[in-house]
This record gives sequence, C-alpha cells and structure tokens, in this order.
Amino acid sequence: MSRIWKAFWILALALPLSVFLVWGIWHNAKLFFITLLNGLTLASLYFIVASGFTLVFGLMRNVNLAHGSLYLLGGYVGYFVGAKTGYFVLALAAGFVAAAFVGLLMQVAIFRFMQGQDLRQTMVTIGLSIVIADLLLWAIGAQVHQLSAPDGLAGPLRDIPLITAYSKYRMALLPVGIAIGVLLWLFLNRTRVGMMIRAGVDDRAMLAATGINVNLVFAATFAIGAGLAGLGGVIGAVELSMVPGEDVRLLLASLIVVIVGGMGSVVGAAVGATILGVAETYGLAYAPTYSVVFTFVILVLVLAFRPRGILGQAA
Amino acid sequence: MKSSKRVFLRTLAGAAVFAAFSGAAFAQQTVKIGLLATLEGPFAAGGADGMRGAELAIKQRNGMAGGKKIVLVKASSDAKPDVAVNATRKLVEQDKVDIMVGPLSGGEGIAVKEYSKTQPNITFINGSSGAQATTLVNPSPNFFRFNTEGAQWMVGLGKAALDKGYKRVMLIAEDYAFPYSQVQGFMSEYCRLGGKVPVKAWVPLGGKDYASVIARIPKDVDALLVVLGGADAVNFLNQYEAAGGDKPIVGGSITVSQDILNYKGKRRDSLVGTIAGAPIADAYDHPDFKAFVSAYQKEYPVSSGAYPSPSLFALVYYINMKAALDGLDAVKGDLSGGQAKYRQALSKMTLKTPVGDVRLDANRQAIGTTFITEVVKDAQGNLFNRVLRKVDGIDQMLGMPKEQFKMGSRDEPSCP
Amino acid sequence: MSAVQWRNAMNAGAGRAALGKGLPGRGPGVSSRAKGAGDEIVERQTPSMWAAVRARHVVVLAFLLAFPFFATPFLTYQIGAQSLALGLIALSLTFLGGYGGMISLAQMTVAGVAGYMLAIFGASGEATLSLGWSWWIAVPIAIAISMLAGTFVGWLSVRTEGIYTIMITLAVGVAFYYLCLQNYSVFNGFQGFQRVYAPTLLGVNFRNPVPFYFLALACALGGYLLIQYVLRAPFGVALQGIRDNPRRMNALGFHVPAHRIAAYALAAFLAAVGGILLVWYNGLITPNSVGTSWLINVLIIAVLGGMKHPIGAFVGAVIFVLLQTFAIDLIDRERFNLVVGGAFLAIVLFSPDGLLGLWARLRERISTTRPQAALHPRRSKP
Repeated sequence: MSRIWKAFWILALALPLSVFLVWGIWHNAKLFFITLLNGLTLASLYFIVASGFTLVFGLMRNVNLAHGSLYLLGGYVGYFVGAKTGYFVLALAAGFVAAAFVGLLMQVAIFRFMQGQDLRQTMVTIGLSIVIADLLLWAIGAQVHQLSAPDGLAGPLRDIPLITAYSKYRMALLPVGIAIGVLLWLFLNRTRVGMMIRAGVDDRAMLAATGINVNLVFAATFAIGAGLAGLGGVIGAVELSMVPGEDVRLLLASLIVVIVGGMGSVVGAAVGATILGVAETYGLAYAPTYSVVFTFVILVLVLAFRPRGILGQAA
Repeated sequence: MKSSKRVFLRTLAGAAVFAAFSGAAFAQQTVKIGLLATLEGPFAAGGADGMRGAELAIKQRNGMAGGKKIVLVKASSDAKPDVAVNATRKLVEQDKVDIMVGPLSGGEGIAVKEYSKTQPNITFINGSSGAQATTLVNPSPNFFRFNTEGAQWMVGLGKAALDKGYKRVMLIAEDYAFPYSQVQGFMSEYCRLGGKVPVKAWVPLGGKDYASVIARIPKDVDALLVVLGGADAVNFLNQYEAAGGDKPIVGGSITVSQDILNYKGKRRDSLVGTIAGAPIADAYDHPDFKAFVSAYQKEYPVSSGAYPSPSLFALVYYINMKAALDGLDAVKGDLSGGQAKYRQALSKMTLKTPVGDVRLDANRQAIGTTFITEVVKDAQGNLFNRVLRKVDGIDQMLGMPKEQFKMGSRDEPSCP
Repeated sequence: MSAVQWRNAMNAGAGRAALGKGLPGRGPGVSSRAKGAGDEIVERQTPSMWAAVRARHVVVLAFLLAFPFFATPFLTYQIGAQSLALGLIALSLTFLGGYGGMISLAQMTVAGVAGYMLAIFGASGEATLSLGWSWWIAVPIAIAISMLAGTFVGWLSVRTEGIYTIMITLAVGVAFYYLCLQNYSVFNGFQGFQRVYAPTLLGVNFRNPVPFYFLALACALGGYLLIQYVLRAPFGVALQGIRDNPRRMNALGFHVPAHRIAAYALAAFLAAVGGILLVWYNGLITPNSVGTSWLINVLIIAVLGGMKHPIGAFVGAVIFVLLQTFAIDLIDRERFNLVVGGAFLAIVLFSPDGLLGLWARLRERISTTRPQAALHPRRSKP
C-alpha cells in the first residue's frame, strides 16, 4: 500500500479515536479510566486463552474448536480442587494440568493420525467440543459454579486516585497476563523446545528431516496450548463464573483475537486481545446495545485490509 | 390346513380382537397429558424441577383424575421457541395427548400459544412461561395460564422499596421481554408513589462482564434493581462486591431464587437483606404451602438431585398441572365434544393452590398472588426468603384501567 | 468428477474452445457447431446430467411423491418438510464445502437473513416492524438481500485460505446472531418475529402439511437438480479444480476469487430458499434460529450424509430430524447433544465421507463377492 494511503488510513482511525478519548475524559473521567482498566484486564484473560489457541494453530495448522471446552474443563477442575483444598494456586495448577492432559490425549490418540488433513481435524474438534461440553453438563450439572478469589485478592483495592476503588483480583490479572506473555515468549525464543516449535512453524518437513521427534514436539505444544486454556478457565471461574455456554463465548473470543492479531503469532495474540478487550468493554460502557457490532466491524476491517491479521505471517 | 395351524390362527385372531377391544376400553379409561419443560440448556435445572412439581400433582392423586388414569408423556426443549413447537407438535400429533402442559420460558410460551390455535380440540395449559404478550396480545382460546406472569410477580415491591427508604433506584436488567415485564410491575407502583429510576442499564443477554455497568452506577442512587437470572446475577453480585460496591439490592423474581441461594461459592453472604417479588416464598408458613413443601421433600429428597425446597418452577408447574387435573375432576373426565365442557370448567373454576386462590380473567390469564420477600440466613447458615407481605388478587392490568395499560418495554414505564 | 477426467475434458474440443473464448461455455453434451472428434470425447467424458439417472433415483423420487399419502400429517410436516428445508440449507454447505473446498459455517446465517427479511418485508405478528408487503414481493426481496449477504460473506472469506474460512464464517455468523439479539428497531431482538406464515395461493393454504410438503419437495428437487447441473457445467468443473489446486487454476487464467465468490452467491440462493421454507415451517424466526448451535447443526447434517454427494445433505437432514424428534422416546432427550455430537465425531473419524460413503463402501464389498458366487453355483435345495 502506498505511503499516502497508509497515512490516510492511520489518520482515519486515529482521528475518531482521539476525539473519543478527549470527549470521554471530559465527560466522565472516572468511567473512562475504569473502563480502560476493565478492558486491559479482560484482554489479559483473552490473551491467556487465545495464546494457547494460536500456538496450536501456528505449529500444527489445527484450528482447535474444542479450545473452549478445554477452558470449561480446566475451570471446573480448578473449581473443585480449589473448593476442596482452599488453595488457589493448587486450583490453577490443577486446571492447567487437567486441560493439558486432555489436550495431550487428543493429540496423541486422534490428531496424530490426521496430520495434514486440516479440515478433517477441525471437524473432529467440533465433534469433540460438543461431546466434551455435554459430558461436563452431565457430570457437573447446569448450576453456576463460582470460584472465590484467593483471600489476598478478594475485595476491592481502595484509595486509588480518580477511580477510588477497583477489584483486587481484576487488577492482578494485568501483571499475570503480562507475566504469562513474557514466559511464553521466553519459552519460545530462549529454550531448545521453543526453538524446535518455531522451526516447525516455519517448515514442518525440515524439522522432521533434522531428526527431531516431531510427534513429541507436537504433543508438547498441544499440551501447553490446552493447558493455557485450562489456566484461563480457572482464572475466568473467579471473574466470570463457570456455566455451560462459557466454552462457546471464550472460543469465539479466541477466534476473533487470533483473526485480528494474526494466526500463529503470540505477540499478535497480545495485540488482538488488547484490541478486542478494550473495544468490548468500551462498547459495553458507552453503547451497550451494539458492543458486539463494534467487534464485528473491527473484524471486517481487519479481514478487508489485512486478511492475515495485524501480525500474521504468510502461510 | 393342518388342524394345529387352524387353532393357532384362530387364537391369533381371537387375541387380536381381544387386544383391540381392551385397547379401546383401556383408551377410554386414560387421559394422556403431555408435559414440556426445558431439560437442556441454561434452564435445565429449572426445567427438571418443573417436571418434579407437575409429577407431584399427579402422584398426590394416585395418578387418577376425573375417574380416569393419567398417562404422562414428557418432552424436552432447550428454551428455543422452534424446538418447543416441534416438541409440542410431536406430543399433540404423534403421541396424541389430550392435554398439553408447558412450556417453561417466555419466548417458548408465545410460540406454543400460536401453535395452539391450529389445534382447537386440544387444551393447552401453561407450564411456567411468564411473558406478558402470551395472553395480552392475540390470545388463544384454548391456551390457559393459571400462573401469574412476570409483571404481576413484582406488584407490591415498589412500595416495599420505598418503605425501606430507597427513593432512587438504578435498574440493571437483561435486555429482553421478561425483564421488561418485571420492571414494569415494579415501576408502575414505584413511580406512582414518587420513586425515581434515573438510569436504566439494559445489559445484553449472555454478557458476563458487568464491570462497565458497575462503573456507570451513579453515587446518588439508594439501591440497585437487579433483574438478572442464573449465572448473570451471580456474576454481577460477585463483580459488584469486588469493585467495592455496597449498595443494597432489590431483586427480580428469578434473581433471588433457589438457583442463586444454592450456588456453591462465597458470595451468598452479600445477599442478606435483599427484597424481591416472586410467586413463591420458601418461608411462607400457611399450612397448605407447608404441606406442598413437605410433600415435595418426601417425594424428591436432595440425594435424588432435587432442591432442599421447591423452586419457583416446581410450584408453578404444580399449579398448572393441578388445574388440569381439577378440571378433569369437575367434568368427571368428559373430554368429548372437542373438550368444550372441559375448557368451560377451566375458565370458570377457582383453583386452590398452595399459595392462595387463582381465577382466570377474560384472556384466560391468572388473577393471583405474589409475595414480597426478604433474604435472611437461618440457624444452619442457609439462605432463604422470608415473607414480608402477601399481595392477592393481582390481575394482568396491574390495577390500571385497560386504556392506560401499556406492555412493558425498554422505555416504558419511565420516571427518571 | 476426478481431476483426470476434467483435464481430458478441458483438452478436448468444446472445452478448449470455451477456454479460448473465455466464455462460460454451453451446457454439457450440447454443441451447435459441426461435430468433430473432440466433441465425441467431451460428450463421452461429460455425460448429460440425465444420463446419470438410475433406477434408485426413480424409486426414491416415487417414494417422496407418495410419502404424504401413506404417512400421517405429523410425519409429513415435521419429518418430511423440515428435512427438505434443512437439507436444502445443508446442500448449500455441501456444494461450497464438498465441491468448492470452502466450509462456510455461515450458511444458516444466510438462511436466517432470508427469514428475517421475509418477516420484515412481509407480514408478521409485529405490526410496527413489518412492512406487510405481499409474499410475491417480499420473497424475491428476501432472497435478493440474502444473496447479497452471502456474497459479502464470501468476499470476506475468499481473501484467506480454506481452513481459515471456518473461523471467519463462524465469527461472522455469531456477529449476526448478536446483531439480531440486540437490535430492536429492525430485528425485534430476543423475541424475533412470530406469525410468519406461508401464503394461500389459488385456494391452496400452504400452511397445511401436504401442500407445504410438496412446496418443500419442489424447492429441494429444484435445488438438487440445479446443483447437479452446475457441477457438470464448466463453472462447476472449474470450481472443483479450484478446490483441488487453486494455484494451478490461477496459472491457467481462471479468476479464482471471482469463481469462489460466485459459488458463495449460488450457495446463498439455495440457503435463502431453504431459510424461507424454514421460517414458514416454524411460523417464527428468533435470534436462536441463527445461533451457534444451528450454525454447527447444519455442518453436522452435511457431514453426516456425506459431503461428496449432493444427496448426502438430505440424507443427513432426515437422520438429524428423526433423531431430534424421536430421541426422547429412545434415550434421554437431555443427552441428545451427546448422541448427535458422538455420531458426528464417529463419522468424521471413521468415515469422512459420511453415511453415503459408508453405504458406497458396503455396496463395493457386496459387489465384489458376487463374482465369487458365479464361480460357485449354489446347489439346488433338497
């Protein structure tokens, strides 16, 4: 795209945004900044869940539509462990491990035999998502399950300038999301396994040709991706509560994050999650009826001008 | 033909004739009732309890009414109108039920009512659907609703809120027909007596993130009118307290129901003191209601998956099924002539329910009772609804003259 | 048609002429030029659609025509008509997915657009929102608008490749669901539109089971024949080529995105007709009709029957509707999702070509045993 067009589009986006920024702060600064915090913290949750999705997709070209069910599974397991033991950290670990285990099972028992058949894999994940969701409904019931925040994070953070009070737990999501992002980046860029994964994303065949056990790498990646979904589930069980139907919602959020941010890129997932989280919360605060339509408009714009996503790589 | 074969054939023929006759005779002795509730999806728990309530009504009469045996045929939907109509159509046209009881949710009720117009010889009785439009807009001559609807359930709550000193209330409700009716039931009295509702926050259905709504709560409201159900209410309460909120809450009929009081989490303590309007109050100590509760508890112990005390759905399905059976008693099981006599009996009867008497108005909508309740904790630490007040004889016009009455919508009624 | 046959067809006379002129070419088996050797090859390799008719097709058609006369009105309406309407929508997905390589989860969305537009432009229970125009104006408008919507979805999706299509169309479908759910000024939000009924034409009330069944049958048959024709026409053949190898087709001079978008438009037409039938069948349309579960259900129906055969869509629809209606008698209705999801999973894992694929393999196995029977004549009975 020529420089003039690029400048034009950047201006076309930036101008209404800055107008909104100025108006929002003038109209109700407290609301504006609380919404900003809300958006960023929601983005953290979306990032944690979507990063697993994009990892699996980036390496194995597998659009795992059962990602939402893994979120739900991790959330329920984390809920029961947390309720039984009272330790939130154990709940987090349990959620991660449970989802990672199921993910590993899925990869080793099913997807390993379908390498290369992208559409078929995707349809299998659709079937799995329906089956897992219904099994969970059967086993656990349709009641609401709300995990309580750990004692240190329960209740509001008071005496903040301008916004007065904010949920401690929600505030904690920001550093947690950033930490996970950094850990993920370090894992992918500074460890041997991460190097193998990145190599596999670029060229699967060459990776196999160098003698590395590709199946092991795939299994590890799928387990980590699924585990991230489960971890997100436990975090969401406190903030948003666990109920059948959450799986579809989080799956859709992951889809949008990955489409907008770029498929297969963890940094892209961060960018996409921020855009989605902030857009959704500002929409809910200022124009609740059409908040989802905003998200859709963003999606269409991205697809129209950058079909690979903002930070997406060419296939 | 060999003689043994002849005997065999004759026996077969005889058996067939016998079966036909006894089948016909048997059919004359039974009445088939179809029961529809949501056993899938978000209202699955409520639907299961509704079925328990309906079955209890039948069990209490040993499965007989009007001198005939009751055969129950169950169907399930998932709160979608098209699924409900398909299920109803199967019960009516394939399973050939004589009477239909159901559905559970408001949108399904409107769709089933429209379907009932195509089956004028079958009687349709509501399950628990509480949309105003079902009997107010294009009512069906063979669709009966013996339970009060969403707006009626909130009558009396406006005055109770003002009595508690809540002069300004902010509304947080889901954006669809049932909360509109609930809000109307509350506001028609509240506004008339001088209350103010400065902000109405209509939240999209299924939205889980209330942080933005909470950020909009103005400093000068006295209470929050929260008309959310199920997971949404739990979510909201959780997020509200975490954000440092401390305003008291006025609840809708499904906000402070068994679903919420039973949920497994620590947030329930913040609910003590909440007032709400609902057609059921667990602590109502009239002997009829107590008998109903103990019958439910005996028949469905908690170990079988039931609630410790019957929910709104159990009571309302019980009432409607009881109406169906009482009607059969009144006409001594005579469903001939396109069930005309039966429907006449239903329209005219005064139904005795565990919470009071119910009669029908000209649109076959119930004129009945509602409770204003307050949440308290008992000695065991369980939450339940204490009865503040009982309001009887509420009709669908909420006491207003017919010309003045407008159905609840996003903007109607309004008193900022 | 396999890639080899296609290549041969394209290298023969009529195909080459079509390519050279850049015209879409005439229908299969028809040529008004002087017959040459190439034409024979073309006519042999691309037989007319009618030549493929077998006895079983006639039998099935006869059964379908006679069905209302021996089945109860309930079965005719709830099983027959519903399967045909759903099958038509699933056929659009089979066409796009099986023959175009683009699995679009937004077909039910397109059908929903048609349904909603019909409710808005035609008569419904919402007097304030519906325009109340007669059906012969409202129906074409609804179809036109939903074809536009389908083309728009196609335009969005063709800019990325095959596997992303599922993601994007799912996201688009869900966005439309939320739009219908939250907009009250046009779509009437959660309530949707009630009392959207089929019209009475020439004294026949199409709300009754038998006339409606025949209407649905006519539309389904029309859609099926249309697809069979298109698949054998150069457009359809090119589409299958694009499915197999878009890069090569591009190199050959075909405008790949344009072909794909055109396929979406055609699929949208089928889905629109199916959507109108569905809204008349239900008598209502709500946001739930276009929600995630229905988007996925259409995929399940298409896969269940088999995506490589147009009839698979209808086979899948019949099984789905039967399960949905009678599941409560056989197993817990509560576990309906488990049964359907499990069946879908089993099919995708073990027989990706759906039930028709299973049936084809079964027939193969039976037919291979027949020669052996000829070698070993049966002994006469005692």
